Parts: sequence; C-alpha cells; structure tokens
Amino acid sequence: MMEFLNFYLIPGVVLGCIYALGAIGISLTFGILRFSNFAHGDTMTLGVYITLSLIHLTGLHPLAAAPVAMAVTSGLVLGMDRLFFKPFRQSATIMMVIASFGLMLMIRSAIQFFWGVQLHALQPGIARPWVLFESFRILPKHVLIIGATVVLMMAVHLLLTRTKIGKAMRATSDNPELAALTGIDTEQVIRATWVMGACLAVAAGVFLGLDTHVETMMGFKLLLPMFAAAILGGIGKPYGAVAGGLVIGIAEELSAYPWIGTEPLLPPGYKAGVAFAIMVAMLIWRPQGLFRGRQF
Amino acid sequence: MSRVLELDGISAGYGETEILHGIDLHVDRGEIVVIVGPNGAGKSTAMKAVFGLLRITGGEIRLAGEAITNTPPQQVVTKGVAYVPQSANVFVSLSVEENLEMGAYVSKDSPARRIEEIYQLFPPLREKRRQPAGALSGGQRQMVAMGKALMLHPKILLLDEPTAGLSPKYRGEIFQIVQDINAAGATILMVEQNAKQALAIAHRGYVLVDGANRHTGTGAELIADGEVARMFLGGGSGGGGRA
Repeated sequence: MMEFLNFYLIPGVVLGCIYALGAIGISLTFGILRFSNFAHGDTMTLGVYITLSLIHLTGLHPLAAAPVAMAVTSGLVLGMDRLFFKPFRQSATIMMVIASFGLMLMIRSAIQFFWGVQLHALQPGIARPWVLFESFRILPKHVLIIGATVVLMMAVHLLLTRTKIGKAMRATSDNPELAALTGIDTEQVIRATWVMGACLAVAAGVFLGLDTHVETMMGFKLLLPMFAAAILGGIGKPYGAVAGGLVIGIAEELSAYPWIGTEPLLPPGYKAGVAFAIMVAMLIWRPQGLFRGRQF
Repeated sequence: MSRVLELDGISAGYGETEILHGIDLHVDRGEIVVIVGPNGAGKSTAMKAVFGLLRITGGEIRLAGEAITNTPPQQVVTKGVAYVPQSANVFVSLSVEENLEMGAYVSKDSPARRIEEIYQLFPPLREKRRQPAGALSGGQRQMVAMGKALMLHPKILLLDEPTAGLSPKYRGEIFQIVQDINAAGATILMVEQNAKQALAIAHRGYVLVDGANRHTGTGAELIADGEVARMFLGGGSGGGGRA
C-alpha cells in the first residue's frame, strides 16, 4: 500500500502537475489562436535553459530564478509571434501549424548550439525524502512542485474569471468573430495568451528539471503527453487541460505498478505509450474531450 | 431631426462579387428603421458594410456626419455603433454578467452602473446573471445580445434578423423589446425576414431587391403598398397565413 503511494501515486501526481501546466498553454493557444502549437515543448526547454543560466550566474534558487526566466521567455515568445505567426493570422490554420513546427526545430537547435547537449542538474546533490508516519515518504521537491502548481492554477483561475483581460480571453476562445465585433482587442488577447502559456510552460519545465534533469529534448518529449492532456480535457478548455494532465500523469505512473502478480503491468519503457493510447482512444470515442471542448 | 447614419450610394461585396449596387439609406436619431426584402437582396450585407466587415468599393458611409467608410469593426465600435449578429451573438460559456461586461470592453470605466440599468430593462437577466448565456432560452439570449450591445450607449444599434429561428411567441416578445429599447432612447437599424411585423413597429422602412433600393417609406406606407405586399408580405411568414 505504502509502496503504491510512495513510488507510483505521488510521482504520478507530480508528473500530472507538470503535464497540466504545459497543457494549459496548448489548450489556450488552440482556443484563441486556433492552431496546435508544436513549439510549446521547446518553449518550455528554452525557459529551463534560461533558468539554468540564471542559476549559474547568480546562484539563485531555481524557484527564484524561474520568474525571471518566465519574463525573459515571455518576451522572446512575443517576438516569435511577431515574426513567425502574425504574418499567418489570416491564413489557413495549417500554415500556423507548420510555422510552429519550424519554430520548434529552430528553438531546439539554438538551445543545442548555445548550451550544448549534455545533461545538467538544476539543483546539485541528492535529496533525502521526508518520512511521515514511519512509512510515508515524500521528497521535499515533490511537495514543492505540487504546492507551486496549486498556487499557479489558482492564479490562472483568478486571471481568467476576475480580470478583464482574462474574461476577454475566454470570450475570444468562445467566439472569436463575436469578440472582434464586440470591440475586444484581439491582438492584446493573443499577447496575453502567449505570455500566460509561456510562463506556465517555463514553470512546468523547471519542475520537470527539478524532478529529473535538464536536457535539450525534455520539452519535445513532453509534447505528446501535453497534447494528450489537452485533448482529454477538451481542447480550448484550460480547466479540462488541468484534469487531463493529472489523469495522464497518474495513468502513466500507475501503468508500471504490479497490478497482477509481481511484475509491472507494463514495462516502464511503455509509459509514453499510455498517453498516446489515451489520446487515440479519446479522439475515436469522445473527440470533444471530457469537458466538451472544441471538436477537430 | 439629426441624421445618425447615412449610406450614400454604397457598393460593396465579398471578394470579386459585388452584392450592393449603390444603396442609399439613412437613419435619424430616435428612429427604428427596417430593411426588408427577399433572400439574397443584400439586407444583411448592407448592415455588415456599415460595420466594416466587408470591402466597400463605392459611396460613403457617415456616422453623425463623420465618414466611416471601410473603418475596421473595432474602431466602428469605439465610434458608437453596436452590432448584434443574427446567430452566435452571445458568448455561450461566459455568464450573463460577463457578457454584459464584454459589451463595455472598449471603455475604461467600470461597467457596474450600466449593467444595473440593463437589468432594469431586461429583468429576467438579473436572476440569471451568474448562469452561462448558453443555458438561456432563445428569447433571453437575444436580451443578453441586445443588452451587451447597449452597454456603451451606442449612437446606433444594428440588429441582424433578431427574430430569426424564434417561435411566434418569442418573436412578438423580441419586437416588444426592440420598441422598449427604442423608447429608452436607442436608435435602431434592423434587418428582418418577418417583414410585416417588423414594418408595423418601424418608423420607416427600405425594401431592397437585388442589391438596390426598390421602395422606401414609412412602415405603414410600405405595408399598404400593393406591390410590396404582393412581393414580401402576402405569402411570407409575417402572419399572412393566419387570414
């Protein structure tokens, strides 16, 4: 029982938090800019490497460096939008998708060029878990990741429901034509979407870096589960993306639990396949997602 | 009477296709003006032209004397024109109150007081203020759409077939609402399929055929006109079948 909790469920929740934070950005971009942003994963990697450099330069704690990296990444993403996406705003969606694909490769190559391809750690050393009730073990960094995710989710919720720009974002996602007829500044909404997506992606990337390590493919590897989470929750629905992220993260970790006998149900190497299987199943049987998002 | 909106020889269309061929039309302050005509006559197109939603190739549109020809929609809103499209005219996932707030998006002031006034105009909306607009009945959705459009005291309100797809019971309710908001000071230009009912509440009407003016007159004159009656009112859904 405790083994299940300590080694499967808690890591599943942590992974779910990371997927959820990333999936919000994918879902928002799809809802407001109407395209699947393939560059989202590598935007995340970029934010992590900026955080890494800040840590090396200033010696800050990763969580203190992350907000600065969020600001820098937001600025870069706004510049990328101006250069690579704005010219295609009125074009067919596939143009934006292909632009994002190209941007994805460019960002990754730039990271590999400037920072190299070797592994890095955000925090040196090995952390000891806290032990509660003698057998419940939890790593301090996991407490940190789950706690910070909850805070970020609450911030997203307040932004979307209490601020004028947040309501305008939901309105634009709901009906972009009507939003323009209403006088909502669509470009301002788009900028807010990029900034919000980038900040959450950087947070997700830094949490993943804390949990494991930093490498140039980390964001790309997260792309599939993040899309799966966004589709599971109903594309264009940020709250759905949160639920979808948690479900996918937990499902991936639990797939390796020895449910029958003593062997893992699925060898851990197939974890990524679980996200893919959930995504395919959703697209076949419930393409609108759990929360009635937009259909493809 | 002061002229709020004036279309002077407007030609416009989508891409290469010209749909309006030199339309003349005006709306004075405090009026309800109705555009009627057969399908494909360019009624909704005329309205979209005012709102900058399609390219105008000839003529001039003036709002309170100021030329607004080919001004993009967002600036048209700022200048005091509000447009209620025929369908999908509320944000279904936003609450009623949030829809009204979005109606005041271009203004920096707090919309709270105006929202209160809108609730006085449409009392059923007050009870449903926290509900998503998508959960409301067709008639109440139209109230949200019009309330949202009235948030910034527009100089003119453009209504594109407000009764389309509504049952006769709701249709009467909507025409009553249009009269009420007109009595409350709103100037209205409306496109309608239910020509007879619409002309009955209008101060003046325009009959468009094939993208050009065919008849113009007061609502009563147009209803009384033999040709207009034969063309649009007799077999239409405006109630002729009841006789």
